[in-house]
Amino acid sequence: MASQIVSAVGVMIVGVFACAFYYWLSDKLLNLALPVRDGDVTQASRNLNRRATVRPWLFLGPALLLLGIYLVYPVIATFILSFYDRSGVNYVGLANYRWAIFDDGFRQSIFNNILWLAVVPAACTFFGLVIAVLTDRIWWGNIAKSIVFMPMAISFVGASVIWKFIYEYRGAGQTQIGLLNAIVTFFGGDPEVWIAMPFWNNFFLMIILIWIQTGFAMVILSAALRGIPEETIEAAVIDGANGWQIFWKIMVPQIWGTIAVVWTTITILVLKVFDIVLTMTNGQWSTMVLANLMFDWMFRGGGDSGRSAVIALIIMAAVTPIMVWNIRQANREQGGH
Amino acid sequence: MANIATRIRRVGLPRLIVHLSVLFIAILWLVPTLGILVTSVRDKGQITTSGWWTAFSSSTQTSAGRLGDPSTARQEGANYVISGSVFEDGQGGTVRAFGVRVQEPSAFPADEPADLGEGETLTVKPDGSYVYTKNAPFEGSRGKRIYLSVASPPAFTFDNYRTVVNAEGIGQAFINSLTVTIPATIIPILIAAFAAYALSWMHFPGRTLIIALVVGLIVVPLQMSLIPLLRLYNEVGSFFGTSSKTYAGIWLAHTAFGMPLAIYLLRNYIAGLPKEIIESARVDGASDFEIFVKIVLPLSFPALASFAIFQFLWVWNDLLIAIVFLGTGRDQLVLTGSLNALLGSRGGNWEILTASAFITILVPLFVFFALQRYLVRGLLAGSVKGG
Repeated sequence: MASQIVSAVGVMIVGVFACAFYYWLSDKLLNLALPVRDGDVTQASRNLNRRATVRPWLFLGPALLLLGIYLVYPVIATFILSFYDRSGVNYVGLANYRWAIFDDGFRQSIFNNILWLAVVPAACTFFGLVIAVLTDRIWWGNIAKSIVFMPMAISFVGASVIWKFIYEYRGAGQTQIGLLNAIVTFFGGDPEVWIAMPFWNNFFLMIILIWIQTGFAMVILSAALRGIPEETIEAAVIDGANGWQIFWKIMVPQIWGTIAVVWTTITILVLKVFDIVLTMTNGQWSTMVLANLMFDWMFRGGGDSGRSAVIALIIMAAVTPIMVWNIRQANREQGGH
Repeated sequence: MANIATRIRRVGLPRLIVHLSVLFIAILWLVPTLGILVTSVRDKGQITTSGWWTAFSSSTQTSAGRLGDPSTARQEGANYVISGSVFEDGQGGTVRAFGVRVQEPSAFPADEPADLGEGETLTVKPDGSYVYTKNAPFEGSRGKRIYLSVASPPAFTFDNYRTVVNAEGIGQAFINSLTVTIPATIIPILIAAFAAYALSWMHFPGRTLIIALVVGLIVVPLQMSLIPLLRLYNEVGSFFGTSSKTYAGIWLAHTAFGMPLAIYLLRNYIAGLPKEIIESARVDGASDFEIFVKIVLPLSFPALASFAIFQFLWVWNDLLIAIVFLGTGRDQLVLTGSLNALLGSRGGNWEILTASAFITILVPLFVFFALQRYLVRGLLAGSVKGG
């Protein structure tokens, strides 16, 4: 056990040194290969230029290599694999796409994903905004913020255990040890198996993600709210606006851009939601979502790379508009720099 | 800042309502985690018989006991008496009531003589001692079966933790998680920092294109990478004649998947460093390598820390990459993976699940509370900029 930790720390040290050594060595080699001596001025200046041309690529090299192997190549390969059969050998044209359109499991997953997309980003942003506004007004607001923000640090699997315990079901008449069923029976209701209720169980899974992500929305929106120029609110107060009007007509419009960022960030997260469904239901009781369906097909019956590639591409297609928007936004900023 | 806050305060909801709603929200967010924390230190038997919110009061449970067998009876005047304790060794608690039929375990209150008919009387005291009297000799060879309603005092224990760390492999998984997380957090920082420096302070053709590529790759779903990489890993593994599921493999995978966000965050920061410092160092004849190591790296510490926290939390909490790229053997299963496995195999054993879950969230929670400032700063740099 201890030796494993020692080896991990060892790897870390060796890895860091190897990286540092690479950058140092490549820099030295470059200087050696393209010498700048005092004698020949034209040669020296040409070599200086060459160095300036090569050096950025030495700095970027490892990063680009990793990005290429782990992200760019797989995107292309997945696209190609989607036209091949389960083993990835025989070309099958659009058969995998046709399968997806008519497959019940796929439709179910799409439906559930849309449900998640409709509820989770909206709920997180709304609660985040409300909590940000409320906590900004009281002296112990930062403590409350920390508490709401805390689930961000908890893994989806850990959060699933936490909430599975809340949803725990015991037969009617027994002592309920799950908080939700205890509350329901306390008020005279019948205990339910929450995660097995068709359709509604999706919402019980979503609550977990909302619980985790509201803190993120709150932190970012709270910073945006503090950035609102004081004069605008002052003017509204003088004009006799009430708190409700100030919130909706003065504050919200000014942080619209940040709300959009929070919304899209959570949207991307929701599209990739996997751990929660895997640990809570593993897709049973009609809770399957795309990421889990894809994982399922990756290994089901030895794996079907064609079908899982199609499912991955659907997820990719859904994030593409956000990706394009991000790139345009970044390029615009670039112009100012 | 303070001014604006007072102003909003003046026009908003009444103070009391704000306080109460924030209190309600805070409790709502805290209670789920509190539930597993409390449950993880409760006695195994109590977890299943009462809700964790009653952990600090006594819980009542039904148990069965057997009175002494007829051969131990002694004669007292006209009566025959068996006495002793209904509790077996080590069992504790307070008897609230008892009964002789399983359907009615609380038919008779404790400490009062109960008439069982046929001339039999049974008295069970709260401490478990009993006196069983009959006006004729007892018959049969075995003692009488009785049912008890026993209130046990709150019992807290670290046994659950002891069990999961040793018997359920959580201890080993903890080490495995550290083995995955430490290198996968540190190594990407250096690589990304060099790339970020090149993208901020060096001029070369294609720079804008690479920045756009990095921004685009931030949102590429992991799912896109899984199939081709799994194939690649298998090929590489069989080429070298080793397993395709190695620590080196997952270190590289986490390094690469964290790379776009790392470059983006660090570039935002490094590009914002004062131009004069870098220019004057250049004029003094420092090479880019020297500028990076001696000036940029130390100045970028806040950004490096922010990213390190992100990457740490992300790697530690990851399940998907771990189950795809790392084996499921005892020496490779990480905490999230073993927790997932326990959910399947020990679905109803909450003493095991809650203790395991708490161990998995312990380290991230510590990092979170210790370094919250950097985490918030990183989040803001990563998101508000885009808006």
